[in-house]
Amino acid sequence: MKRSWLWLATLCLLAMPALAKEAAPLAADPEIERRMVKITEELRCLVCQNESLAGSQADLAKDLRNEVRELIKSGKSDDEVKDYLVARYGDFVLYRPQVKPTTYLLWAGPFLLLLIGLIALFRYLRRRERLLPEAPLSEEERRRAEALLKDDLS
Amino acid sequence: MNRFLLPLGVFIVLVALLAVGLGLNPREVPSPLIGKPAPAFRLATLAHPEKTFTPAELRGQVWLLNVWASWCVSCREEHPVIIDYAKSGRLPPVIGLNYKDKREDALRWLARYGDPYLLSVADADGRVGIDFGVYGVPETFLIDKQGIIRFKQIGPLTPEVLEKKILPLVKELER
Repeated sequence: MKRSWLWLATLCLLAMPALAKEAAPLAADPEIERRMVKITEELRCLVCQNESLAGSQADLAKDLRNEVRELIKSGKSDDEVKDYLVARYGDFVLYRPQVKPTTYLLWAGPFLLLLIGLIALFRYLRRRERLLPEAPLSEEERRRAEALLKDDLS
Repeated sequence: MNRFLLPLGVFIVLVALLAVGLGLNPREVPSPLIGKPAPAFRLATLAHPEKTFTPAELRGQVWLLNVWASWCVSCREEHPVIIDYAKSGRLPPVIGLNYKDKREDALRWLARYGDPYLLSVADADGRVGIDFGVYGVPETFLIDKQGIIRFKQIGPLTPEVLEKKILPLVKELER
């Protein structure tokens, strides 16, 4: 009886690799996988444009992830892999666009708007300051104000 | 009165920008391949898998590369347009790039809806599609005599696109 239990346990153990096979592509080479995810997280999937290439389930994204894996395997650097995709799909795939003449406005735009806003705010405050009349209280008014305050407190 | 003029002006400019932005199609990403040589490939033809085709064979001609698939819904919408224009003889040679399709399905689709192509090649794993930056079938590339990509249509070809953009460009390139 004990023997047969042992056999069963052994059989179960033998069967386990077969069960685990489903996830094989992911575990194929953790280093390549890690680099692939790192690169594709920074890239836009063109089919569902608000998803990264790493997270998208679109067919094209799967194909491109495979392509990236193979490029890494063939010894390409991370930048070379990105250049490969940009050459085919354009700068649009980069979530972090390169700084170059056509993207200067994109990078500097927000700061430019902030600067314009600050200048406008500054000028507005200066103008308001000038509009407020400088009118210190007269001796009589001060006395009345003090009386009113005291009245309030008691 | 003057106080409101500036904010009103800013508001109008903003509305105008947003209106233009709404009118743009975010799916149409300009291809970096325009003005660049069409990627080279050698693929088996759909009809005769033992024969291959490579774009170099059409050097010296203006031609269209139309990416299609039997599973692609908008291709069915586009297909009668290609057939009509091909029949009237106004289209340059059209090569079909059968993208990520099964051969039987593709052949059945052509038998059912008609075959306007000079020939179709089978890109079963989508590798050539990736080289061409294909991301939404159907797509069409206009390639000139020197093998340079001159125009890319993302999405179905329509009579409007053909009349206004592709055919005038073809005429110019064929000169």
